[in-house]
Amino acid sequence: MNIIVCIKQVPDTTEIKIDPVKGTLIRDGVPSIMNPDDKGGLELALRMKDQYGAHVTVITMGPAQADVILREAFAMGVDRAILLSDRKFAGADTLATSYALAGAIKTLDYDLIIAGRQAIDGDTAQVGPEMAEHLGLPQVSYVIDAEKTAHGTLIVKKENEDSTQILEVEGKCVLTVLASAFKARYMNVAGIVEAYSKEVEVWGADKIDVDESKLGLKGSPTKVFKSFPKAMKAPGEIHEVSEEEAVEIIVRKLKEKHII
Amino acid sequence: MDFSYSKTEELFLQMIRSFAENEVKPLAAEVDEQERFPEETVKKMAELGLMGIPVPKQYGGAGGTVQMYIMAVEELSRVCATTGVILSAHTSLCVAPILENGTEEQKMRYLPKLASGEWIGAFGLTEPNAGTDAAMQQTTAVDAGDKWILNGSKIFITNAAYANVFIVMAMTDKSKGTKGISAFIVERGYKGFSIGKKELKMGIRGSATCELIFENCEVPKENLLGELGKGFSIAMKTLDGGRIGIASQALGIAQGAMDETVKYTKERKQFGKSISSFQNTQFQMADLKTKVEAARLLVRSAAWKKDMKLPYSADAAMAKLFAAETAMEVTTKAVQFHGGYGYTREYPVERMMRDAKITEIYEGTSEVQRMVIAGHLFK
Repeated sequence: MNIIVCIKQVPDTTEIKIDPVKGTLIRDGVPSIMNPDDKGGLELALRMKDQYGAHVTVITMGPAQADVILREAFAMGVDRAILLSDRKFAGADTLATSYALAGAIKTLDYDLIIAGRQAIDGDTAQVGPEMAEHLGLPQVSYVIDAEKTAHGTLIVKKENEDSTQILEVEGKCVLTVLASAFKARYMNVAGIVEAYSKEVEVWGADKIDVDESKLGLKGSPTKVFKSFPKAMKAPGEIHEVSEEEAVEIIVRKLKEKHII
Repeated sequence: MDFSYSKTEELFLQMIRSFAENEVKPLAAEVDEQERFPEETVKKMAELGLMGIPVPKQYGGAGGTVQMYIMAVEELSRVCATTGVILSAHTSLCVAPILENGTEEQKMRYLPKLASGEWIGAFGLTEPNAGTDAAMQQTTAVDAGDKWILNGSKIFITNAAYANVFIVMAMTDKSKGTKGISAFIVERGYKGFSIGKKELKMGIRGSATCELIFENCEVPKENLLGELGKGFSIAMKTLDGGRIGIASQALGIAQGAMDETVKYTKERKQFGKSISSFQNTQFQMADLKTKVEAARLLVRSAAWKKDMKLPYSADAAMAKLFAAETAMEVTTKAVQFHGGYGYTREYPVERMMRDAKITEIYEGTSEVQRMVIAGHLFK
């Protein structure tokens, strides 16, 4: 089984502060990390590798610095790492990004593609589904579990807002995964020691199956009108109490506010 | 000169910090309170390859460096000094002497199981009457043809209750003084070997510190470690390495107490403002921060020399002396900054202060470190 996992390097938004005057994000000194949902997707792939045996390839599109998350992926146990890096990819929105990723994936041999649900820097949740469209594949988003059946199909659990759906998927497909469902393993020490002696394949636009006019800024119809931080909410109250006490507190609050 | 972490070390730091924060820190108070060896944590550490960081791949290790190993001890000790010393004693005091002095057969028999964490290691030198004066060994080993017969006891042995392999020093020829001491690899389960009482300690209360008892203990002939009569020298070299580990533990405790104190003094308000805004806090914390960074440079430099196969005995002694005294100073002041709360078990600095004290005592007291440093200075 060949699994491809799409990952992205993002600023650790939990460490980002907002400029109180300009209202913009202060990115200076903010560490870059592997996007949490993507890491969840990688964990799913590695679990499948442990369970059924699989060859796992990670692929990312980004600048040269994105190399570090591919090394991290090596240290977690992946077999192959590809970095799509070319000036022609620069300025890509989700459409151009998913198109480039799909163009790279078309040149690879695969049975399953896994991506994170969404990246914490953009929160669009579009790249995975768009990639499936470019490749003409079925997709299941918001995945919280996936298992292979004896006859080669996948049983996939998908989380909806108020329910869980169980689907059976036949053939190649794209899954987009929730980090909360897959606690990612730590890098192991031997993997870390070897991570920088392995080869990260760096691919330019000429190496993938695409129409170059659809790449990067040229291939990006999205125009960002305005960026602004979310309004801060009050922090709320946290009570670390038993379930019974919690129910009492909630009921009391609801009564106080005349909701019940 | 390059003071930065290598890319591999950066990756390692990312992993070990996250492991310490998520897996070790949540248990630290409980492990201390219940004086409980954190078996579940050690199992997780084993799965990640942390029990064999500097062990070459051919012996089942991760093939990492001493530098990475001491980073692990620091980061673990930053949140839980018990967990830090478990790794330090295992690696520095059991894995390292086998790696450095063992025969190929001994390495093949012990290192893969120790490096994978299937077995835990310990080291027995200290006796009731042989502490700082370690040459006064009373445990004896007698050649009985196809085996050695050990008699005597060892005290204050870290990891003892959970260890499977022990490096034990014993007198093989009393007439030769320190040259009559030899090192042995003793396995749990050898006839005549038992674990004695567990010590109730001030700090690092989760590490199982016990007595070892040898009553006509039968050790196979091939378990002599290094040459006959070289035990004292093996023990001293082992402790040189061990001191880098304990220096890192002390550094970790000091850093942990700094982290807690920065957080607390920013939050704690008195006289209408955060106590971190008072110059007394700022000046004291600036001094402590400077000492912690100086300790870190000493520790890293000693580890670097060990990795480079350069002499590092004095460096390890200086690192341990300075880091241990820094840990004691930082934790004591951390408690003071926390005031009454710092004296309670509600805040981790109370535990850290108790944990710090041992770093001035074990693997050579601060006085011994001064003897070692002066010995190099005036030789």
